[in-house]
Amino acid sequence: MAEIELKQIAHSYLKTPVRDEDWALKELDQVWIDGGAYALLGPSGCGKTTLLNVMSGLVIPTRGRVSFDGEDVTERKTEARNIAQVFQFPVIYDTMSVFDNLAFPLRNRKADENTVRERVHEVAEMLELEGELKTRARRLTADAKQKISLGRGLVRSDVAAILFDEPLTVIDPQAKWLLRRKLKEIHERFKLTLIYVTHDQAEALTFADQVVVMNEGQVLQVGTPQELFESPAHRFIGYFIGSPGMNFLPCEASEDGVRIAGQTVSLPESILEKIVAKEQKLELGVRPEFVRPASGTDRGSLETTIRAVDDLGNYKIVTCMLEGLEIKMKLPEDWALPEVKCRVNFNPRMIRVYADGRLIG
Amino acid sequence: MDKWEDNRAWWLVVPVFLIVAISAIIPLMTVVNYSVQDIFGPGQRVFVGTEWFKEVLTDRRLHEALGNQFLFSGLVLLIEIPLGVAIALAMPKQGWRASLCLVLLALPLLIPWNVIGTIWIIFTRPDIGLMGVAINGLGLEFDHTAAPLDAWVTVMLMEVWHWTPLVVLLAYAGLRAIPEAYFQAARIDGASAWATFRYIQLPKMRGVLTIAVLLRFMDSFLIYAEPFVLTGGGPGNATTFLSIHLVKMAVGQFDLGPAAAFSLIYFLIVLLFSWLFYQALQNVGTGDKR
Amino acid sequence: MTIRLEEVTRKMGAETHIFPTSMELKSGSLNVLLGHTLAGKTTLLRLLAGLDRPSSGKIFVDGVDVTGASVRQRNVAMVYQQFINYPSFTVFDNVASPLRRAGVSPQEIDQRVRSVAKSLHIDALLDRLPAELSGGQQQRVALARALVKEAGLLLLDEPLVNLDYKLREELRQELRAIFRRRESIVVYATTEPTEALLLGGHAFVVDEGRILQSGPSIEVFHAPASERVGKVFSDPPINLIGGRVTGRSAVLGDTISMDLPDHMTLLDEGAYRFGVRANFLNVRRQSDRDLEIEGCVELAEISGSETFIHLEHHGVSWVAQEEGVHSFGLGDTVSIFVDPDHVYAFDGSGRLAACPPYEARGGG
Repeated sequence: MAEIELKQIAHSYLKTPVRDEDWALKELDQVWIDGGAYALLGPSGCGKTTLLNVMSGLVIPTRGRVSFDGEDVTERKTEARNIAQVFQFPVIYDTMSVFDNLAFPLRNRKADENTVRERVHEVAEMLELEGELKTRARRLTADAKQKISLGRGLVRSDVAAILFDEPLTVIDPQAKWLLRRKLKEIHERFKLTLIYVTHDQAEALTFADQVVVMNEGQVLQVGTPQELFESPAHRFIGYFIGSPGMNFLPCEASEDGVRIAGQTVSLPESILEKIVAKEQKLELGVRPEFVRPASGTDRGSLETTIRAVDDLGNYKIVTCMLEGLEIKMKLPEDWALPEVKCRVNFNPRMIRVYADGRLIG
Repeated sequence: MDKWEDNRAWWLVVPVFLIVAISAIIPLMTVVNYSVQDIFGPGQRVFVGTEWFKEVLTDRRLHEALGNQFLFSGLVLLIEIPLGVAIALAMPKQGWRASLCLVLLALPLLIPWNVIGTIWIIFTRPDIGLMGVAINGLGLEFDHTAAPLDAWVTVMLMEVWHWTPLVVLLAYAGLRAIPEAYFQAARIDGASAWATFRYIQLPKMRGVLTIAVLLRFMDSFLIYAEPFVLTGGGPGNATTFLSIHLVKMAVGQFDLGPAAAFSLIYFLIVLLFSWLFYQALQNVGTGDKR
Repeated sequence: MTIRLEEVTRKMGAETHIFPTSMELKSGSLNVLLGHTLAGKTTLLRLLAGLDRPSSGKIFVDGVDVTGASVRQRNVAMVYQQFINYPSFTVFDNVASPLRRAGVSPQEIDQRVRSVAKSLHIDALLDRLPAELSGGQQQRVALARALVKEAGLLLLDEPLVNLDYKLREELRQELRAIFRRRESIVVYATTEPTEALLLGGHAFVVDEGRILQSGPSIEVFHAPASERVGKVFSDPPINLIGGRVTGRSAVLGDTISMDLPDHMTLLDEGAYRFGVRANFLNVRRQSDRDLEIEGCVELAEISGSETFIHLEHHGVSWVAQEEGVHSFGLGDTVSIFVDPDHVYAFDGSGRLAACPPYEARGGG
């Protein structure tokens, strides 16, 4: 296991990148701490797979350095990097038994047969594949095949990190949570560095201790699932994580808070002092979970009109209008609501302010 | 998906059915008919039962032709399949070089078969042919019209030159269809080039190689035009293959009865071996017992 | 237009895909077929479309028997999971194709294509080819092609399942608005309970080739007629546990006992299966009456806005749904609480025996 460091990495698939959008990865620095469980989350085309390939050595970055435990490996080939990878579609050696599949990376590295047997049995036991060791790998279900792919990484004692590229794409929904649990267990037991690429927020947030959110070739935020949910560093993250996404309301700074469509929301001093430059585009961000109907006397509540109530069984989504601005709130299913006019309150601890799309407080 | 609401499309099959009936089934029945009769002339025929079959099966010349045929088809498969796969592996994966290779490879496949024979006659002639002159220039006696071994070498060379490209094209298509992730995984697992070939490329090419083996076996087993033009089956009977023998029998000597019996046996051999190859290749490396 | 299925079945060889099924669909109605994969949703759609012929039973359109009529003679449009467009046609030509086939005048085609393209936000892409579009845009084109026909029957077979979830969220909202403006019968197949509820309308819960229950979506959700409906119509799956009612109290599993809540007081003594939806299991005690279930965390799944805590209590797995994002370690001991007022009871044959009270509320 190793600490992986990316220094000023940038990559373009073109020979002579000119414009900003020619870069699949815009310059980024990132350290992957030894033993961490990371997710790389972003929509398709955001550069996350490129970044993964830079680490595994399948792509040599146009600029920047990659180092493992301080050792520069930028130019080093995949096979010399001690990286294991699980791909989107199960990659197994069809003609081999499960045992031989798991033994393959060790035998290629000339391990002696006793060690091979010992390691394979250990890994098979953990992945619950012991019963299948003699079966031809091609006869197994997709989730068992993915376990073999993972197992080929786990048998090696020298792997610096295991990379996952959307590994649950072809897995049945019922089997997904079992595999997710298995991954968690493996991480807890072996403290391996795991890096998991996905566009699915549920997968990323469930898997990782630290989630790296990317969009358009840039890292927008690195944080725990809770941080991403409660304090998205960027407008995009507020939108991308959570369903429905965060409400963003254009506003102007005023004396003790911000004004939204002529009404005032007061803000704590700590946020107010960060609003400095007047020319910035200010927005107030609040998640639908932290918007509630106000009880009559609450100060600082906003007067809105209810446009739609969607009862989703487990909860309901209420869409309120504030002079053309849409505010969604997510309420427990049995919460009583007024008919048309509704004053709403924001949980003051959960109000965020964004200037030009970036979180300022 | 079963289709129920409009079955008019079946009418489109009728012409094909008629053509197949006229071109295959009716002649086949005629052959069966000939094989059990002795024909002296129009309207004069006698039923002879299995006599022609007995005669044909004990014919020494036929045994010789059959031996030649198996040797030939065996050599064809042994040379063309590995060679084809090797060329496919060595070919560029993309870009203009790949296109160029494909075009060059396809050229021999586009030449009419009897022209191929003629090309090789000229190419190997000891007096004016490029190859014939070159080999004789090295001090080696080479004349495919006189020495049986030389005739065999020439026929084999011609056959390999003509048909290996087909194997290459099939193998190349099979290789290109393997997802990149397999090669990445193999690199990560530290697999050598040989292991990558043995455990990824070869198993993934099984489907196309089955087709290649079947096509090459059937084609080579039925080969006629090229050796006929090149050697005429000689010297002696050295390169007389089954089809050449058959034509000699049917057209040369006008022994329609034995020729018909022989055709049917020939047909059954091809069918049997194609089936055997197919079964063997389907099961190879899968460990499945079906 | 009204479509009626009468005792329709569909068999393929020895397998029965649809057992005798009757249903009636009216103009302007939105119908959601909800069921797991392979439940028979697609087969039902194909029967409705006239792509397959029923093995027995009859299909009527406006009272006329159309059982044997081909799909070409019916006024039907269909959208599939896969993004199906003509690859060599531009977006405009793709959308226009059903109108051209119907011989509509060029001016009208132009006008109708542009208006439907606008409603699906692809009006800026009309000159592009499908290969130049993103997955979401391709599916919008396929939707536009189905909508432009203004067919009497619009069938959608899990149209959003292959899209990223954010796109799914957007398109779902737009589709709902579009469906509400239309006169046609809309039939929408999905595996997701949330999608069924969000679209609203009339739900048909399909399982193993049968319609188990139908009715306004929200009512079916709150009062599932059987355990199986409860399972299909809950995401995450409803927690189910065997237990007994004795006198004025009940035991869930072997360890969790409760006084019978009001809605269960009429239950006879005996064995029942009790069901609790994940959202009524909380990690904090809400009232004194709450039942406590202590267990060992197997996994905490985080969807983005909610955390689903899987835990094991005396050999039974439970899933609790918690607002917001929380982290739990594997193997942590956690207590979850449920108000007995939210517990369902199903009898020995799986039928609903006692239903928690809920208020029927009109949506917006």
